[in-house]
Amino acid sequence: MENRATDTTPALEVRGLYAAYGQEPVLENISLSLTQGQWTAIVGPNGGGKSSLLSVVIGSLAPLRGELRILGRPSLAQRQAGSIAYMAQQERMEWDFPISVSDTVMTGRFGLMRHDPLWRRLLPQRWAAPIHRQAVEEALDAVDMTDMAARPIGELSGGQKKRVMLARALAQRAPILLLDEPLAGVDPPSEALIMATLERQRRAGRTIIMVTHDLSGARRYADQVLLINRTMFGMGTPETMLSDSMLARLATGSPPAPSGGFHAAA
Amino acid sequence: MLPLEVLATSLVETLTAALMMVVGLLPENLSAPFEYRFMQRALLTSVLVGATCGLLSCFVVLKRWSLLGDAISHAVLPGVAIAYLLGWPFFVGAFVTGALTSLGIGAIERHTRIKSDAAMGLMFTAAFALGIVIISKITTSTHLLHILFGNVLGVQTSALMLTLLASLVAVLTIWLAYRPLLLYTFDPQQAQAMGFNVSAIHYGLIMLLTLTIVASLETVGIILVVAMLVTPGATAHLLTDRFGTMLALSVGVGVLSAVAGLVLSVRLDVASGGAIVLVASGLFLLALLAAPRHGLIARRWRRWRFNRPVS
Repeated sequence: MENRATDTTPALEVRGLYAAYGQEPVLENISLSLTQGQWTAIVGPNGGGKSSLLSVVIGSLAPLRGELRILGRPSLAQRQAGSIAYMAQQERMEWDFPISVSDTVMTGRFGLMRHDPLWRRLLPQRWAAPIHRQAVEEALDAVDMTDMAARPIGELSGGQKKRVMLARALAQRAPILLLDEPLAGVDPPSEALIMATLERQRRAGRTIIMVTHDLSGARRYADQVLLINRTMFGMGTPETMLSDSMLARLATGSPPAPSGGFHAAA
Repeated sequence: MLPLEVLATSLVETLTAALMMVVGLLPENLSAPFEYRFMQRALLTSVLVGATCGLLSCFVVLKRWSLLGDAISHAVLPGVAIAYLLGWPFFVGAFVTGALTSLGIGAIERHTRIKSDAAMGLMFTAAFALGIVIISKITTSTHLLHILFGNVLGVQTSALMLTLLASLVAVLTIWLAYRPLLLYTFDPQQAQAMGFNVSAIHYGLIMLLTLTIVASLETVGIILVVAMLVTPGATAHLLTDRFGTMLALSVGVGVLSAVAGLVLSVRLDVASGGAIVLVASGLFLLALLAAPRHGLIARRWRRWRFNRPVS
């Protein structure tokens, strides 16, 4: 979609962000800037605010304080323009829903369909514009689920469900991919396929922001790692961030001194 | 106002004429009661209520809103009573208290530690009790019975018009907002991430539900309307794995139950609201047993085939 952002505008820029669930603070003073085209892994303990950070980005958790810009514009404007594709952790979904695999992927195009002419929007799915159908076919092909396109989603295995969710994100053809634990509960073949697909996306110039527990995957694929446990612990290359001493400090929950690991790592 | 009335009247005339053509195909002993004007009105109202409830029930079933539907339907009672006191049309009061209750439930849920099912149980019983107290003070009990259990054979033209309006609003809304509604029902988080106004969709759907309930009051009554908002959708959910098909089947189940229930109630001389709901429940039972993939028989059959020793 049309962005006035140039190549040097940060894909995601966060400044002094605070957020809480009720009385419980989950994010404190988060500031970061992610370059376009980079693969960032967000690592931290459970309940450390990783998913909450994504929730703030997609607007389902309102920040108490701070600023957040996506490609130089506010989140809502960019989400409506289709700049972000979000893949949630699948436990939150309704898998008994009467919908096929390909229709599920088609829901990824619903945001962009708002810009279709009115008469198109009044027609049933079957007559969606060719660009939407093509995006769905390509996305299903990318995750090797074309054969399953007509199946109800409730019949799929855990790994297949993840691949469909990834296909829905890919079908949006958004410049930024926001993934929450894309490998949780996935069998090894699906895991390899998902990582290879994401690698291709990154080579195509897309920005990937991924919450993960998979440290070896993060070491292997990510350009940079963001460590958070309520506050920022550091951001830098996988080698420096995922060293034993950094991970030990992350686990104990004592944030680095302002002039410590954070700047040394950056 | 006048041209609108003419339009509405001619629309009702046209729909009635179309229905009578279908009724004409039925055997003589079934179609005979529909010679009467009040039966034609009852038939049209039942068809509209069955279709609208069927449409909405898909969303109720998939969003797990059965208790919310029950809550809203009970909460319209004080509205009916207050409207009676003030001399307003009953559906204005019904809509206002129904909507206020659903907003109140949402507010309690968000701002206190009370969970949603407790919030619903609390709000709708309180509203219902208020309605009963007011009505016991002002009118005879027959009026209360009609509100509680419906009175489709005595349906007035104004109520028929309201039902027609509610059906048109429901069909148009679901058609125009099909994709946001589908995505919100399926995966609200994704709808949020795509920049859809999720709370507008949420409250819009609740308002539509309230309107449907108010429009169904005269036909099936407060107590039984929730059956029409759950049973058709649940039946359709057993029969298909496609959302669009589910909507169509659910409308079919709703219309079939409404019409068959009406005919049965006239022939057997029993309460029409109850007869309509019993037909719907019967259809559900049938689907539960014999649905091609999700029915109990099909499941048993698959398990038997799976466990059969290889010879």
